[in-house]
Amino acid sequence: MNEIWAGLQAALFLVFTLDKDLVEITLRSLQVSLSALVIASAIALPFGTWLAIRRFRYRRATIAALNALMGLPPVVVGLIVYLLLSRSGPFGVLGLLFSPTAMIIAQVIIIAPLIASITHQAMRELWAEYHDLLISLNTTKRQRIFTLIRDGKRALLTAALAGFGRAIGEVGAIMIVGGNIDHATRVLTTAIALETGKGDFALALGLGFVLIALAMLVNFAIHALSRTEREGTW
Amino acid sequence: MIRILAIFCILFSTSLRAETIKLAVTTSFHNSGLSDILLPEILADTGLEVQLLVVGTGQALRLGEAGDVDAILVHSKQAEVDFVANGFGTHRREIMYNDFVIIGPASDPSNIQNAQSADAALSQIASHKAAFVSRGDQSGTHKKELGLWQTANLDPEAFGGWYRSVGSGMGASLNIASSMNAHILSDRASWLNFGNKGALGLLFSGDPQLANQYAYIPVNPERHRHVNSSATIILEKWLTSRAAELLINGYEIGGQPLFVFNASPTR
Repeated sequence: MNEIWAGLQAALFLVFTLDKDLVEITLRSLQVSLSALVIASAIALPFGTWLAIRRFRYRRATIAALNALMGLPPVVVGLIVYLLLSRSGPFGVLGLLFSPTAMIIAQVIIIAPLIASITHQAMRELWAEYHDLLISLNTTKRQRIFTLIRDGKRALLTAALAGFGRAIGEVGAIMIVGGNIDHATRVLTTAIALETGKGDFALALGLGFVLIALAMLVNFAIHALSRTEREGTW
Repeated sequence: MIRILAIFCILFSTSLRAETIKLAVTTSFHNSGLSDILLPEILADTGLEVQLLVVGTGQALRLGEAGDVDAILVHSKQAEVDFVANGFGTHRREIMYNDFVIIGPASDPSNIQNAQSADAALSQIASHKAAFVSRGDQSGTHKKELGLWQTANLDPEAFGGWYRSVGSGMGASLNIASSMNAHILSDRASWLNFGNKGALGLLFSGDPQLANQYAYIPVNPERHRHVNSSATIILEKWLTSRAAELLINGYEIGGQPLFVFNASPTR
């Protein structure tokens, strides 16, 4: 119990003194996870919607595979991305290993199936509602996808935030592909793992509280910016 | 949506960096805290930003073999000699040493404080079947521990449940030993710097068998052309310089010196 108190104190101390290293790794956490979120959303939101309206032969199999991929173990993703980006791997010439870019790639792979799957679930119901209208207006496939995305944006926001939650708290993959290099690839989660290894539980816990606060802050910020839960813009 | 993108763009802007070199080091070197002293000095003296990848010796050697780092600083002599002999590194340069110590419950139930040698101490732990935590990650510390069991004519494969191979770094293993009140082989620096000692104490040290030599090996640029070999030469020069000697010999925790600089001025 003492250690949890010490952790809270450490967190408050770090935040109120605006510790330079803390600000740096917090910003890097945000940079990596938000980049991964934007890229994954750009792929997964249209894909999930497309999957809801399009009927094709292996649709069931694709959806089942997508749902299964939601549980992709980050450590395995990290290992595979590591082997691909390693200098002796197929993409070694790019020299991306142990860089924030490598961490973003790993996180995109981890969260894209999650976002696509939630999107698909939500869009399927919306499509059932809009189906007759959009067909009778003789819309193109592209128009249908964009209409659904616009009218279903709250559900999509939930999908994106779930993806962000998984990305910001992830440690297994980014530890392997990022290497936890000070001032280069250290983020909040890998710093927590490091401090735990040093036996400095107070600082580790302090960073943990900062991470939780950050995740909540981003959620509130996105809600506020996209003006959900307000009159007239349901 | 545009506002979200704007915030995103601000976050994404990155700054310019000094020349960098990727150095794979062992967890024991980093946990000792010495790297926090050396890196800013290296940056100030040579303008070189050393990016540390903190891993076990086994993984450090693999990173060097794959060419994912520019140089390695590790402590497992036989593996290092093989690494250079196989052409992965250009040469091996000894930098400094510290020593391993045997940690255990401060009450010393297996009475190893009075053991004649390190392997005798381990034999006593084995005969008492007292809890022992092994790194189990092919690190330099792990290899040293396996060597000591071999000297004692004991086979860890045949041990019972008292021998726990945890497959973690030095700090994580010390945490486990601390919570189980178990014995563990650690380097002195990591132990002194460790913040969660609990009921553990330093039980045995001083046997010459427990010396822990660190060596620096640049990755062979003939094998991996992208290796920053000019930077590895600058770093080697600094690590074997008088400035490094003063900092390494002067590094103390709680009044105890930890490392002894022993690089020869010429290769």
